[in-house]
Amino acid sequence: MMERFKDREHLFRMGALFLGALALFLVLRAVFVPKGFGTYGHYREGALKDMASRPLHYAGRHACEECHSDIVDQRKGSKHATIACEACHGPLAEHAADPDKLKPTKPDAAKLCPVCHTENVAKPKGFPQVDPKEHGEGKPCGSCHKPHHPEIA
Amino acid sequence: MTTDRRDFLKSAGAFIVLTGAASLAWEKVLAGEPEKAPNYKMSDHWWAMTIDIEKCIGCGNCVRADKAENDVPEDFFRTWVERYHVPEGSEDHPEVDSPEGGFNGFPEKYRAGDGSKNFFVPKLCNQCSHSPCTQVCPVGATFESPDGAVLVDKSYCLGCRYCVQACPYGCRYIDPRKNVVDKCTLCYHRITKGLTTACCENCPTGARTLGDLKDPKDPIHAFLRTHKVQVLKPQMATGSKMYYNGLDGSVR
Repeated sequence: MMERFKDREHLFRMGALFLGALALFLVLRAVFVPKGFGTYGHYREGALKDMASRPLHYAGRHACEECHSDIVDQRKGSKHATIACEACHGPLAEHAADPDKLKPTKPDAAKLCPVCHTENVAKPKGFPQVDPKEHGEGKPCGSCHKPHHPEIA
Repeated sequence: MTTDRRDFLKSAGAFIVLTGAASLAWEKVLAGEPEKAPNYKMSDHWWAMTIDIEKCIGCGNCVRADKAENDVPEDFFRTWVERYHVPEGSEDHPEVDSPEGGFNGFPEKYRAGDGSKNFFVPKLCNQCSHSPCTQVCPVGATFESPDGAVLVDKSYCLGCRYCVQACPYGCRYIDPRKNVVDKCTLCYHRITKGLTTACCENCPTGARTLGDLKDPKDPIHAFLRTHKVQVLKPQMATGSKMYYNGLDGSVR
């Protein structure tokens, strides 16, 4: 029976090679594959956290409404009621986090209103649009339209 | 005892395979609970967006908001607005322009009543669920997240540009400051905190709305039910999750 294994050192040599290669593979894998790679798929799990932890610049309308409830009441029933505050007032996450640190400045109506309401053939037909040079005879927009409730009573 | 080379190879192979499987499982055990963000479970969300072309006024608020929120380099855009001018009878050859991506709005250049069709089309990453861009990445630096956003691991990207070419919508660019790829993240840092994206937040007409397809109470379901929606380039079978209402056949 033993004579069938008389050349078994060949097997040991091959086995040692196998184990060596396996050990090398595991070492290289541990060195080169980043932490968390493959948890969800062929990418690094930590990338999701990197993405989610970037800083905010826009606080979102709910943060504004927590303090400025008077403006919420002013806007009620107006066509502008659904527009986010920061769409006109700019990114104010810093102000929402610490109201004293960053004081927002009032937007310039002469520049701001025409951004949306200047005539353009590509705009939807029902959207209120005017030629700012002709409309209002050169008076500031605010003399007729209040920005938080622009409808003329 | 009869052991030959074949048996030895079989058992050695099984040993190696089992070790591999065990090592993979061990990694998951070591990583602990996968979802550590408080109150946000990736598996509970599947993000999509509806874009209503009939409401877009081309004001460029989305482009400016995106730039302010996401530190997008100058001359590059994660979202932009295109103006389509389709002269009568030339649906196959629309005139398309997007000055500064729509950042400063669209100065009028066409006249009403010339028989043409004019409209704005906001564009951004389509957050495809079978995205061609992630499939070509050689290193796993871009991927579809479990909640349906296509993201880039900027610390792992080689900057090889394969994905830039693979995107059929032209939504990727190379960030010149780091020489790695960059794109719309669907404001992943906002949506994981319960906020909407910067572009949706700042759209004054509600032309864009972020929706969660896994939330049965989300209004996106009603929108998709009551509107005839289409995705861009459906023939590419990208599984786009940007649903356009009022999309004209001339839009590429």
